[in-house]
Amino acid sequence: MLRPRISPCLLIHKGGLVKTVRFTHPKYVGDPINAVRIFNDKEVDEIIVLDIDATVAGRKPDYELIRRLAAECRMPLCYGGGVTSKNEFERIVSLGVEKVAVGSACVSDPDLISRAAAAVGAQSVVAVVDVRLHEKTGQYTVFTRNGLVDSGIAARDFAVRMRSLGAGELLVNSIDRDGTRQGYDMDLIADVRASVDCPITVLGGAGSLKDIGEMIARFGIIGVSAGSLFVFKGVYNAVLINYPKRAERESLISASL
Amino acid sequence: MAAQVARISQGWQALIGIVDYGLGNVQAIANIYARLGIPAMPVRDPSEIGTAHGLILPGVGSFDWAIRLLDASGMRSALEEAVQVRRRPVLGICVGFQMMARESQEGVLRGLGWLGGNVRRFEEVRSERRVQLPHMGWNDAMGTQPSALLDGLERPMRFYFLHSYYFVPDRAEEVLLSTDYFGPFCSAAVCGNVMGVQFHPEKSHHWGVGLLRNFAERVAC
Repeated sequence: MLRPRISPCLLIHKGGLVKTVRFTHPKYVGDPINAVRIFNDKEVDEIIVLDIDATVAGRKPDYELIRRLAAECRMPLCYGGGVTSKNEFERIVSLGVEKVAVGSACVSDPDLISRAAAAVGAQSVVAVVDVRLHEKTGQYTVFTRNGLVDSGIAARDFAVRMRSLGAGELLVNSIDRDGTRQGYDMDLIADVRASVDCPITVLGGAGSLKDIGEMIARFGIIGVSAGSLFVFKGVYNAVLINYPKRAERESLISASL
Repeated sequence: MAAQVARISQGWQALIGIVDYGLGNVQAIANIYARLGIPAMPVRDPSEIGTAHGLILPGVGSFDWAIRLLDASGMRSALEEAVQVRRRPVLGICVGFQMMARESQEGVLRGLGWLGGNVRRFEEVRSERRVQLPHMGWNDAMGTQPSALLDGLERPMRFYFLHSYYFVPDRAEEVLLSTDYFGPFCSAAVCGNVMGVQFHPEKSHHWGVGLLRNFAERVAC
């Protein structure tokens, strides 16, 4: 049986590893390559690395960093940040990255998804869906440029569009929950899950392994990602890279098997 | 290279060439072999293909793109000679495995034709259930025949998959591993010196390391 994926998500800012709260207040937590080495030893299912500066600064992906990450990872790697063209997809895949994520660029240029999928194959094309909830309207809309710009597009419509253009996976991220550790936004995830038939990975809000277990119990085969949960420990948010042990993972995913 | 030769003198008689035609995780594979103390290196031209005792054909991406890059690398005929004439052991990974088939539904170009079979897309509906595509994540693999390639691997064997297309062999004897995704499919195949795996052993932790080590043993014997 295919198993749900439990994936740490690492954010890169100014060359270091950081963790944000609601996409702001980046706190330095260490060196990205060192973190990958620790996660290698813990045999994590997958790893997601997002460069949160590239798009906002208008610069290209840091290929040297990506090359080093890909060579270091003994688990599958999904990279995102600053990707705007089909050629960049090709270059990143050729460096040995399994999956390339694109967010802002696929809002302004949705067809990038189909060009990329035709070139590298849909399995390596991940559309990032960064979402905020509008309290007044109860609407989930997609934000770009690191959560700064509201596209006005409903999350569900965007997910359907990305899938129909050829995205192989959607990375659904709740900006409201980012770094808060108050649990995933289940309504958002249920909405997106019901609208597309491709793999999705959810991010934003995981506070404990219980949150991960609940996600898997409800949605079965799904990618469950977290940042803070896997880099902080304890009430004072001391930096300590961690990941559930094998027996814990087995019990977390048992509901899906 | 000096380090490689030193290791050969310590017991490993064979050198594994990882075909670097511009696709797939050449460095991750090389790193695993370096940690195992097994001589392996990326190969980038026809003469290097000739010196390798065994070859790995990696791959990530789409079928035609991979074939086109292999053609453009200038290594294809040397590779064909090593595999088909000199019978060097070869291991294809993911699209590298699919390239060994005759053809694929994903593309229009001809495959290498080293394995009897074709590459097909997963049906959107299998066993009357909607199939999430691509097939992405960790899944079990069951051995369907005894093989030294699987020696010492923890059971159940588990590997990382990322694909929407899969190899369909002409003959059941070619199936080495079978994986269930809304029904069984061939997740690894073997035919003489030609071996292919649909999953990514270089990204499959100790299971993948074990399989790559066993391939090296096969090359050395």
